[in-house]
Formats: sequence, C-alpha cells, structure tokens
Amino acid sequence: MVDGVSFGVEEGEIFGVLGPNGAGKTTTVECVEGLRVPDAGRVRVTGLDPVADHREVARVLGAQLQQSQLQPKLTVREALELYASFYEHPSDWKALVERLELGARLDTRFGKLSGGQQQRLFIALALIGGPRVVVLDELTTGLDPRARRDTWELIEDVRAGGVTVLLVTHFMEEAQRLCDRIAVIDKGRVAALDTPAGLIRRSAGGTVVSFTPSAELPGAELRALPALASVADRDGRITLTGTDETVTALLSLLARLRVTAHQLRVTDATLDDAFLDLTKEDAA
Amino acid sequence: MSTAVLRTEIRLFGREPGGIFWILLFPTLLLVILGSIPSFRQPDPSFGGLRPVDAYVPVAVLLGLIVGGVQSMPQTLTGYRERGILRRMSTTPVRPGALLTAHMCVYGGAALCSALLALAVGRLAFGVALPRQGAGYALALLASVLVALALGSVVTALSRTTKIAGAIGSAVFFPSMFCAGVWLPVQAMPDALARGVGYTPFGAAAEALNRTAAGHWPGWAHLGVLAVWFVLLTAGARRWFRWE
Repeated sequence: MVDGVSFGVEEGEIFGVLGPNGAGKTTTVECVEGLRVPDAGRVRVTGLDPVADHREVARVLGAQLQQSQLQPKLTVREALELYASFYEHPSDWKALVERLELGARLDTRFGKLSGGQQQRLFIALALIGGPRVVVLDELTTGLDPRARRDTWELIEDVRAGGVTVLLVTHFMEEAQRLCDRIAVIDKGRVAALDTPAGLIRRSAGGTVVSFTPSAELPGAELRALPALASVADRDGRITLTGTDETVTALLSLLARLRVTAHQLRVTDATLDDAFLDLTKEDAA
Repeated sequence: MSTAVLRTEIRLFGREPGGIFWILLFPTLLLVILGSIPSFRQPDPSFGGLRPVDAYVPVAVLLGLIVGGVQSMPQTLTGYRERGILRRMSTTPVRPGALLTAHMCVYGGAALCSALLALAVGRLAFGVALPRQGAGYALALLASVLVALALGSVVTALSRTTKIAGAIGSAVFFPSMFCAGVWLPVQAMPDALARGVGYTPFGAAAEALNRTAAGHWPGWAHLGVLAVWFVLLTAGARRWFRWE
C-alpha cells in the first residue's frame, strides 16, 4: 500500500528510496517501471507515462527487479546477447561483464550461478540497453563485501556518464555512500526527503556523546540538557544523543560538578540512527 | 514477434530431453510398438478394412500435438511466470507477447516435426500410405495444431503455478488422448460414441485427419468444430491470462 508518495528525481542524480520492509518501496518503483498501474496519481519517466508509453519508457529505463529469474538453462552469454538484442543501441556487454567479473562464467547456465553471480548478471542486464534511467531494487543483496564495493563503484561510474539512478535499498551504508538524496518511505508515505547528511542532521539525536563519569551525575540535570534526544545509562557508561548544543551544555555541567568524563567520545549519528529515528517517529 | 526470443527458446527446447522425448519421439515409438504386433498389420473389418496400424498413424500424429500443447507448453509458461521471467522481460522494449508467440512456434513446430516423423516411420516401416489428399491433410493438421496450442493456452491461463498446470494439464490430457483415439481409434468406436467424440477438439481432428488420409477433402463439419473450439479457447485464454 502506497498513499501519496511524491518525489522528483533530477537528471544525473542517484536517488535513494529507503524504508523498512513492507513500507512500499518496491510498489513505488514498480509504478515507475510500468509493472504496476497506480490507482491514482501521476508518474512520469523522462516525461513519459510508464503505463501508456510503456515501450518508449522501456527503451530508456533499465531495471533490476527484486525477485526475478531467467530461464534456468540459459547461459550468461545467451542472456546478455538476448537482452542486448531488445535495444537499438545496446552497451558493449563484454565491458560490463568484465566490470562485473562474470567473464569466466559466460558459458555457465543461469541455474548454476551462485546468488551473487545471478545478482551481478541482473545488474548487467539492467545496464545493457544503455539506459538514461536505471532502477535498482536491492542492488547489492547477496553480494559479498568486495563485490558490493565494486558494484557501488560501477554505479558511480554509470552516474558519471549522465545516467539517473533510482536506488531502492534498506542498506544504510549503501545509501549514505551512493545517494545524492534519499526519500525515506514508511507505511506507504514519504517520511522524509533530504540528502544523507541532511537526514542525519534533521533527525533528533544527530550527535552522540558517550562517557563514563568519575562520579554519579544527577539524572534530573542530565535530562534538562538543551536539545537532548535521549539518555541511556548502561553499567555506569552514559550515552546521550542530541545536537552540538547538548554537548557544549554537557561539558559545562561536568565542569561545574567537577566530574571527569572518562573515555569521552563524540560522534555523528549514522544514517542508520537517523533512519530508525525517522521511521519510529512515524509509528508514534 | 522477436526472432532473438524465438531462437533462444528453440535452443532451450533443445536442452530439455524430456520434452524432446515425449513430444518428438514417444508418439512414433508407440506406433512402432503397436506396429510390431502381427495382428495390427492384418486388415480388420472393425477399422473399415484398414489395418489397425494404419489407423494409429493419425493417432500418433495427434498424440505429439496433445503432449506438446497441453502438457509441455503450460508447464514451461507457468514456470516462466512463476520465476518472474515474464516480468523481467516486460521491463524491456520487447513485447511480452513475444515470449508467448515464441513458445507457440516452438511447441507447434515440435508437434509438426513429430507428426512428420510418425508419417515417415509409418510409411517406411509399416507401409502405411501417405495421406492421399495432401493439401487437405495439411489443413486439418494445421487446424489441429492451432486448437492444441489454444487449449494449452487456456491451461496456462487458468494455472497459477506449475503444480496446478500439471494437474489441469493431466485432467485435460487423458480425455484428449481418448478422443484422439489412443485407446480405440475413432473408426473402431461405436457410432454413438464416435459421433459424440466428433464434437471434441481432438475427436474432430482425428476424423478430419482420417478423411484426408483416405483421400477426401476434410468435412466442413469437422473443420467447423475445430474452428469453433479455436475461437472459444483463444477467447478464454485471452480473458483469463495473467502476466503475474
């Protein structure tokens, strides 16, 4: 169920769609791919309607679907040649294959490939038509860390070539690394739309402070710190989230109480924290 | 129609030993086994003076078509749907119908090859005369192939999964074989039964093939029955088919 999801993706941008399982991410991009007919609303891809102008959209859009397979007895080479034949100006699939390290697997049948190899083949098929827009649904699911990093580099190169990328993920590191902007979708709505840094800044608790005080601190005073988002005390180690203002106020409080903060750490929250915060807020 | 899709599907069909055996070889093998029985090579009054082996050539011809259209094609197509292959292809500029057309060509073509093999082996091994009304035979055969493919398409359309396709396929398969005359060729059926069977797709097909084999033009009644079935089944397949 998707209700009132609205966003615009700029040309040449890597746009992330982030959200918990079942939030409506895939439903949203299926409307973009023309695989699903929206009950209401308006979707345009390079100015075209993915349902009414399906073939025109298919020529400029490359898709990697979350769940799909190929004919089990089709070899990698045959799949690439077949899909290349669907487009007027296909990319050079040999270069793609080298890039995705499928060169040694060209004569292997799809059914005999490992999960990661199948995934890489689907990435190749999404790019094979030389698309202007690529929609990648769970790009790196099933890839090992090295293949994942290689894939990210490939996507950055693809974008450098002027291609617009719509990336569905629930993998924060991926979104933070690749995306220019992110729409956080939760319960079928856009919960937030910003740059990764913006999302982190916006969320309550963008800054995390943790320390072990040399003496017990009065809880009331801690909770009164400005812009405080949360306080936690685990075995004498205190973790606060808030903003820079919270940190400054905390330091003066410690000085005033003459308490030493051992192992003091101040870190920025990750996109992970921001995501949890954004999707939790919506639930409340 | 996409030649690349067709070429791929022909190649994939070549990698299915099961399909090759049951569609291309099994009907002729059955003919050879039956033809090896001495009594099947003696003229029999209940076959209108034909030898049983003569009557079994059209049956073998129809058998390949039934296996290909009703059993194999729905299995493959529902498998493609189940695996998301149709879905993946529908995000490309190729029309998703290309894959369905390709399958009809592959299975229709395989059924025709199977028919030619049965005719050739019947002629060479058992001296069964080739159809005397060649053009009429070709027309009847083509109509039968189209009906078999349309029936297979309905099975595909009605089956959400390959398991269901297997079940519905079998439920259609045995009556179809009966009507085609696998157990008792239509010539040998009691009149009332033969008349009833003549209204079924493969009963009508069997009658049309028999008439043309004997040198007559296929009767309008049998061609008409085939045409009506084709129209009904195609409409049903179009109405019920789902891409996902």
